[in-house]
Amino acid sequence: MRTHTTRALAVATASLLTLGIAACGGTSKGDNSGAAGPASTATADPNAALKEGLKIAFLPKQLNNPYSDVLAGGGEVAVGELKGEYKLVGPNDAAASSQVSYINTLIQQQQDVIGIAANDPNAVCPSLQQARQAGIKIVSFDSDASRDCRDVFINQATTQGIGESLATMANELAGGEGEIAILSATPNATNQNAWIKVVEEELKKPEYSKLKLVKTVYGNDEDQKSFQEAQGLLRSYPNLKVIVSPTTVGIAAAARYVSSSSYKGKVAITGLGLPNQMREYVKDGTVSKFALWVPSDIGYLAAYAGAALASGRITGAEGETFTAGKLGEYTIAANGEIVLGPPTEFTAQNIDQFDF
Amino acid sequence: MSELRGRLASWDSVIIAVTAVVVVAASIGVENFGNSTNFTFLILDLLPIALIALPMTLIVITGEIDLSVASTLGLTSAIMGDLWNRGLTIETIIPLCVLIGALLGAVNGVLINRLGLPSLAVTIGTLALYRGLALVVLGDAAVADFPWTFTGWVTGTIGGGPIPNVLIVLVVLAVLFGLVLHATPVGRSLFAIGANDRAARFSGINVTRTKFWLYVVSGAIAGLAGVLWTLRYSSARADNGAGLELAVVAAVLLGGVSIFGGRGSLWGVLSGVLLLATLQNALRLRDVSGQALNIVTGVLLIASVLLPNVIAGVRDSLRRRRLRAVPAKSS
Repeated sequence: MRTHTTRALAVATASLLTLGIAACGGTSKGDNSGAAGPASTATADPNAALKEGLKIAFLPKQLNNPYSDVLAGGGEVAVGELKGEYKLVGPNDAAASSQVSYINTLIQQQQDVIGIAANDPNAVCPSLQQARQAGIKIVSFDSDASRDCRDVFINQATTQGIGESLATMANELAGGEGEIAILSATPNATNQNAWIKVVEEELKKPEYSKLKLVKTVYGNDEDQKSFQEAQGLLRSYPNLKVIVSPTTVGIAAAARYVSSSSYKGKVAITGLGLPNQMREYVKDGTVSKFALWVPSDIGYLAAYAGAALASGRITGAEGETFTAGKLGEYTIAANGEIVLGPPTEFTAQNIDQFDF
Repeated sequence: MSELRGRLASWDSVIIAVTAVVVVAASIGVENFGNSTNFTFLILDLLPIALIALPMTLIVITGEIDLSVASTLGLTSAIMGDLWNRGLTIETIIPLCVLIGALLGAVNGVLINRLGLPSLAVTIGTLALYRGLALVVLGDAAVADFPWTFTGWVTGTIGGGPIPNVLIVLVVLAVLFGLVLHATPVGRSLFAIGANDRAARFSGINVTRTKFWLYVVSGAIAGLAGVLWTLRYSSARADNGAGLELAVVAAVLLGGVSIFGGRGSLWGVLSGVLLLATLQNALRLRDVSGQALNIVTGVLLIASVLLPNVIAGVRDSLRRRRLRAVPAKSS
């Protein structure tokens, strides 16, 4: 009985092991046997009428995330303008593969357009391919899917655009000369570092010659750490004129410190922030301007791009143009990328128009 | 004993019947549910849960649990990505990953059976440990460039029809596990261990060794599920399958396996898996939100633990009343 039991279980394990073994030969990373996506053969008709009644579904990274909700909210407004059917679905967790069953469901429901912020550019790929084969147009936004799995990608802003905007704001606030410092997130945050690099390049230009970047510090996107780093900067550099923080956590923490200290009115804070977080510091004069893309515009633009694709106005090829309602005309850049535009600057004059 | 078996049979038939009703109702009442593409999606979605539920059924029947399965899946997936990056052939990587899964299971087995630690505590520990190791192996990177012949096979169907290729793997293993559990002395010894560990020991069953091998098999299957998961999503990631252990345990309990051991059947569990997957799929097609899906799963889970006990309680009290009534009548 005893040997019986263990032998049977051991046999089960062994057969499992062999189950995985495929034929000899061997396929390794070097072999070029990856799947290529179907090439788009459609031609664009720029004069095609925008179809009404299009079924446009939004699949954000995760539902019930304030940022995602605002993105999708913009999409809902646009689908309303387009007289389409809006739908918002999505997983409760942002795991790599949770979106796949939702894509499958949307294929079953024969949607015309899927707008997706991909949690994993590759995990969603086979399903998106299947959706495209079923004639569904795929618009990725916020976070791109692999290039051959979607028709177009709505990029909120280019790295260059954000870096330039940060440099311009710092220069204006410093009055054209003086010391500035950067309060970033983590030392290895890819997007932050790319923006900072652009800022450094910009500062080499003659018009910024009197501006001096004295230090870049990292608050790790933690409120308390960012607060302390801002405090440290002002102590180490008494002549500091501007702190640029390209992270919503950092800029809010820095503004909170300055607004409650003797530096208020002497040191300017700017960077990328959320209007709702920054409103009180704009109102009390600590912050006179900061920037961010308008998240609802991303969803809005995604819906219009989807409608243009589904109506045959565009195919996603470089150079094609379409009109996106209140946002105006857009041209598709290389790799099917559509850039929303330069970040929006928020000041005491316009901040009350934004709620996010 | 016969009453025990009767009660067990009744819960199994309840779950199988409910599953049948739900499937038929969804086919009629939910648009796009009954077509062949959706069938493929449904099978692909339930596959990892169904696979892992097979050894889990055996483990829970012996009165133990393995909560580390989803982390084993994630670690296997991460290792698979790493080995692929290092240039190993996929034909080597796949059996290696199943073997690694078996080794991870063996670690659980040693801790639980040789050192005599409670399985709940050990596997909660390895749940965290294996997920942590997965992050060490691959970080937050993802490996995606697996060969199309393999990823295509996992997402593909037999002859382009509705039946997914991977269903073959599930059917073969389900039959194997079904036979072992219900038609061999091994299976009977598992029920005996679950019903009364000590009695099983005295009757000559090597409880320690049996349980050890169960964890090895569980790890190997989780490793296999990790391989199939990675190929299905073309994405080796450390967070693959996060939270899956709860879905598996839910399906096992819903399928009528007693959490205290000694009772259950593989057919019940497989219908439990099918029931959960069908409900999720159909409700999603009807645009029911993810939160509502969680609520449905939670209610089903509680009902599946509560109802058999309520039924048993009612029967017990009826029987007791009958027993009390008998002498009164005869006197």
